[in-house]
Amino acid sequence: MRYAMAVDTLKCVGCSDCVVACQTENDVPIGHCRDWIVEKTTGTYPELQLEIRSERCNHCANAPCVRTCPTEASHYAEGGIVLVEESECIGCKACITSCPYDARFIHPEGYVDKCTFCIHRVEKGQNPACVSVCPTHAMIFGDLDDLNSDISRAMATRKWKSLIPEAGTDPKVFYLI
Amino acid sequence: MSTNMNRRDFIKVAGMGAGSLAFATPLFDFSKGEILAPDTVPGMYAKRTPTYCEICFWKCAGWVHTNDEGKIWKVTGHEDDPHSNGRLCPRGTGGVGMYNDEDRLKTPLIRTEVGGIQTFREASWDEAFTYIADGLKKIAKEHGPECTALFSHGSGGKYFGDLLKAYGSSNIAAPSYAQCRGPREVGFIATYGEGVESPERVDIRDTRCLVLIGSHFGENMHNGPVQEIAQATSKGASIITVDPRFSTVASKSKFWLPIKPATDMALLLAWMHVIINENLYDKEYIEKYAYGFEDLKAHVAQMTPEWAYGITTIKPETIRETAREMANASPRVIVHPGRHVTWYGDDTQRLRAVAMLNALLGSWGRRGGYYYPEKVNFKKYPHPAFPKPARTWKDAYPGKFKLAGLALASGICDATVPTTERDCSFKGWIVNGTNLIHTLPDQANTLKAIQALDLLVVIDTMPMEITGYADVILPECTYLERYDNIRVSKHREPTIALRMPAAPPKYNTKPAWWMAKGLANKMGLGHFFPWENIEEKLDWELKQVGTSLEEMQRIGVKKYKREYDDLYPMQDLEDFEFNTNTGKIELYSTAMQDEGYDPLPKYKAHEEPPEGYYRLIYGRAPMHTFSRTANNPNLTDLMDENSVWVNPKIAKEWDLKNDQYLWLENQDGVVSKTPIKVRVTERIRFDSVYMVHGFGHTNKKLTRAYGRGASDADLITRVHIDPVMGGTGMRGNFVTFRFEAGKEVSS
Amino acid sequence: MIEEIITSGRMNPEIDPVLHVWGWEIPFYLFLGGISAGILIFSAYFTLRNRQDELPVAVKWMPLAVPFLIGIGLIALLMDLSHVLYFWQLFTNIRWESPMSWGAWTLGIIMPLSIAWIATWVEDIFPKWDWKFDEVKTVINWLKNYRRYMAQILILLSVILGMYTGILLSAFNARPFWNTSILGPLFLTSGLSASAALISFFSKSEVEKRLFTRIDIILIGIELFMIIHLFMGHLAGTQVHIQAAQMFLGGAFTVPFWVFVVGLGLLLPVVLEILELKHKFIPAIVPVVLIVAGNLMLRFIVVNAGQASRWLY
Repeated sequence: MRYAMAVDTLKCVGCSDCVVACQTENDVPIGHCRDWIVEKTTGTYPELQLEIRSERCNHCANAPCVRTCPTEASHYAEGGIVLVEESECIGCKACITSCPYDARFIHPEGYVDKCTFCIHRVEKGQNPACVSVCPTHAMIFGDLDDLNSDISRAMATRKWKSLIPEAGTDPKVFYLI
Repeated sequence: MSTNMNRRDFIKVAGMGAGSLAFATPLFDFSKGEILAPDTVPGMYAKRTPTYCEICFWKCAGWVHTNDEGKIWKVTGHEDDPHSNGRLCPRGTGGVGMYNDEDRLKTPLIRTEVGGIQTFREASWDEAFTYIADGLKKIAKEHGPECTALFSHGSGGKYFGDLLKAYGSSNIAAPSYAQCRGPREVGFIATYGEGVESPERVDIRDTRCLVLIGSHFGENMHNGPVQEIAQATSKGASIITVDPRFSTVASKSKFWLPIKPATDMALLLAWMHVIINENLYDKEYIEKYAYGFEDLKAHVAQMTPEWAYGITTIKPETIRETAREMANASPRVIVHPGRHVTWYGDDTQRLRAVAMLNALLGSWGRRGGYYYPEKVNFKKYPHPAFPKPARTWKDAYPGKFKLAGLALASGICDATVPTTERDCSFKGWIVNGTNLIHTLPDQANTLKAIQALDLLVVIDTMPMEITGYADVILPECTYLERYDNIRVSKHREPTIALRMPAAPPKYNTKPAWWMAKGLANKMGLGHFFPWENIEEKLDWELKQVGTSLEEMQRIGVKKYKREYDDLYPMQDLEDFEFNTNTGKIELYSTAMQDEGYDPLPKYKAHEEPPEGYYRLIYGRAPMHTFSRTANNPNLTDLMDENSVWVNPKIAKEWDLKNDQYLWLENQDGVVSKTPIKVRVTERIRFDSVYMVHGFGHTNKKLTRAYGRGASDADLITRVHIDPVMGGTGMRGNFVTFRFEAGKEVSS
Repeated sequence: MIEEIITSGRMNPEIDPVLHVWGWEIPFYLFLGGISAGILIFSAYFTLRNRQDELPVAVKWMPLAVPFLIGIGLIALLMDLSHVLYFWQLFTNIRWESPMSWGAWTLGIIMPLSIAWIATWVEDIFPKWDWKFDEVKTVINWLKNYRRYMAQILILLSVILGMYTGILLSAFNARPFWNTSILGPLFLTSGLSASAALISFFSKSEVEKRLFTRIDIILIGIELFMIIHLFMGHLAGTQVHIQAAQMFLGGAFTVPFWVFVVGLGLLLPVVLEILELKHKFIPAIVPVVLIVAGNLMLRFIVVNAGQASRWLY
């Protein structure tokens, strides 16, 4: 089982619903966020293109954060989801510095926090909060090992990319372009 | 905000206890390929109560999830609601912030003077009611009850409206008419006999071509259209966006027409010219339903794309190509009327052109075009008949705005400023859920009006700027803490939705129904509110339509079957009598002609920015609803200030750097009260600047919003009034850059 | 024009707008750790070469400082931890892929080992000290038997201590400025150089002074060589590496690095030390202070510059 997420940049309008939904679902403290929106504009008026992405931890298969964690607080859970076990995190921040996507942050209570692919919902057969709330249905979540899942079909039929593949982390969040 | 158990532990524990419940299996909808289980899993929340959102005017129905301790956890969409289809927009999702905001109004306040300085003192509800009742009685005695008006833009306003009518005035205005969508209602009513309504009756999910004129869906986050546009584009629909700015939806459009501002009328007329002259219009439809086609044809005979090119800077071949794209998709094409259309003062005529273009394409009353919505025949709890007022606001404007269908908020404001030309003015205002200082253009005029009032009562949840001028402030509890009238929505299918409290009101706040009833009792008008409490009223009303309060508390939203099977009455060219003078779709408007206005829209050139000035264009951001959310902690987390978009060529001329702060000064020398950050971006035309409306707050009590960003409302001092219905055109203001603050403004 | 911005207001404390999760605690610890490693390496090496009586300060006296230096360094590390009550978790796991783990264990072993090492020399340093308990004398005598083994282990562990911080930083491939294998050897060399300068300063013997001044000159030469290669490597790398190097070649770190670390911290002291060897009068305090201060600044700059360099936008 390999969980992954795909964001359709053609449908994403950058409304940030995914950010607020994550915040309320996961009690993310105000002033912090586990996911965010990036808008990239290229060209010169009026020949312009705009790409909008919803970004978060990429739950990499070759995660540098898991590798550099001295206490195994950062670990791989079911389906390759990367999680932080609060009671094992010492707050050394090695994982934060080793993430090329700057996806992690320090929770006010001292441990390191980030997107968890809403594993508490996924375990019960639900989608993560961000995927469930997206008004344009721009987000897909599922099992890449299931060739009939929505995400496998999207990856097979659409052009896609991932972020900084040259960093060698093998990310599991993809962008349909 | 944190409890001893962290959130995940709590959920796990609760989930395990209920794990034995077999219906944790999700329901799978094979047609959609999506897991359709309710948004949260049984056992993961203690309870959920239905509500409909109050953050914007879409009123999406949803569920409020609270835990065992009664603490509100989150708000999610209601699966059966056609407004939201189970998914709320970011503002609705952030609704918990409205509840948690510590800057909320907490207790009734009355204006008083301490040591020569005006301030507010806390008062009891009874004191506040007495003050208001005395004030209203005085106005009724000295001037007549008709000299009191209600400005309302919240659900609670319904109850104050009933109170006002019981008191003897029918002057109830929502700024959404003359400051926003008024011209399109009048334009469409003149053409089709019916308005566009809200929610707009556009069948976007089945359209094949959507034409947007200045409409910025995606940044304008009205849930319905944004969802349906995504559905339509998945099915291959194309979008044509006409906008001087490269908006989000422009970036997803097949055609983006970077039009010169204020010239849209020329484009519309040229499109009509192409569609008529290349025989692309729906002949059978026009023959069957339209009146005045030959007049229209003659009228646009000279309005060629070449003519329009000189005015709009859109190339003639693009105008032809897009006209053909629209016609190709006909009848499944929508030329969208937009929503905020009060731009240049000739807006009713421009929306007439939009209505006419839709008629030529045969999309009105057909699938993929405009549908005929229906709503439940909802009877209100019976009450004695309201007294008939001797005068209305219209009497202040004899012979003007003859086609205005609803009261003009700006009209009432203007009629509050005493003038020798009128024998009376408004003396009392009740303001509910609208921050008039940021809403009405020409702030100086609004302030003049306020100074002339005998009584200003403000009912709000937050200490918005308008509260600073009030005599009495009544703190309303948020929508998450109260009942309101049943939402009876007019849509493809009739639905009703219940709002009930998820938690008791915080601090000393109260719901509007309680305030209105209390005030009515104080004023001897209690018999107009004959129900004991709100539950009794709602239950009676619900029983009339085959349900009950108890059922609605369980299900939240109830769908009904249409009484008439006429969702698309013109689909197969059935007979139809339109509610116009001629009984037909009036391309040539007899209603307009009768009142002395142009029966066919004409192009009128509008003022252009002087040298060194740029047209001020404003709009929305998807995470905010103007002032209403500017202090919401969850939403200020996403955006806590606006920026002014400047084209790089202009930035170079002025040596502006990204993220630097400056002030904006308009053509009348008015300077923005607060500085604003510069965003140098290619996405804005070189002759305009763009900013999001709703920032630049000056009330210190809004701790998160105070001083952040700038207010475009400060700079909208030149207003172009639409003679047809009184709409206030606001896009005729031009700004330049200043690098130091303006002089102190004394109010 | 390419405009790439975050539009959802992300401002995670210490992450945005520029990463700054490590403040003064980490560079300060790196500084103390480097010097401790250098001291122990010299002490152990010259023990193995049987020159302990010829070089008493290097072999017997300087290691006295080590437990204090490491102790203060550990306190600084603990202050850096944001979830400090769980610090003991470091010692319930060994993670071979995590240089942080190596560091924790290395420190954990070096601390008691350095105390044991000092214990074997304590009678030479304080001959008149009266140990109140006989058990202590027994233990010290027993330890002396293992001096050679201890020395060998100490060299190994100290090399790891001196290098691992550099390897740790270079293991964070997300920060392009640290993405170079030179960082480990650079820190080790720099630590050895600072401890050599200190030994030379505190020594009373001409022979010892001259030896360590000569060693220091060679070490500084190697350091300069490595710094040049650090930048050559980055400039020959990818776009993000070039951008990282440009922070030092015209960017914000240019003056602090080339003037203070290289100029005043390396070039000037090496010149002064060469003159010292040529019997010119140089106040001994000057090169030592410059080298030690330059050492500290080097680590501060490297830690901050690394956090400022990034792959994204």
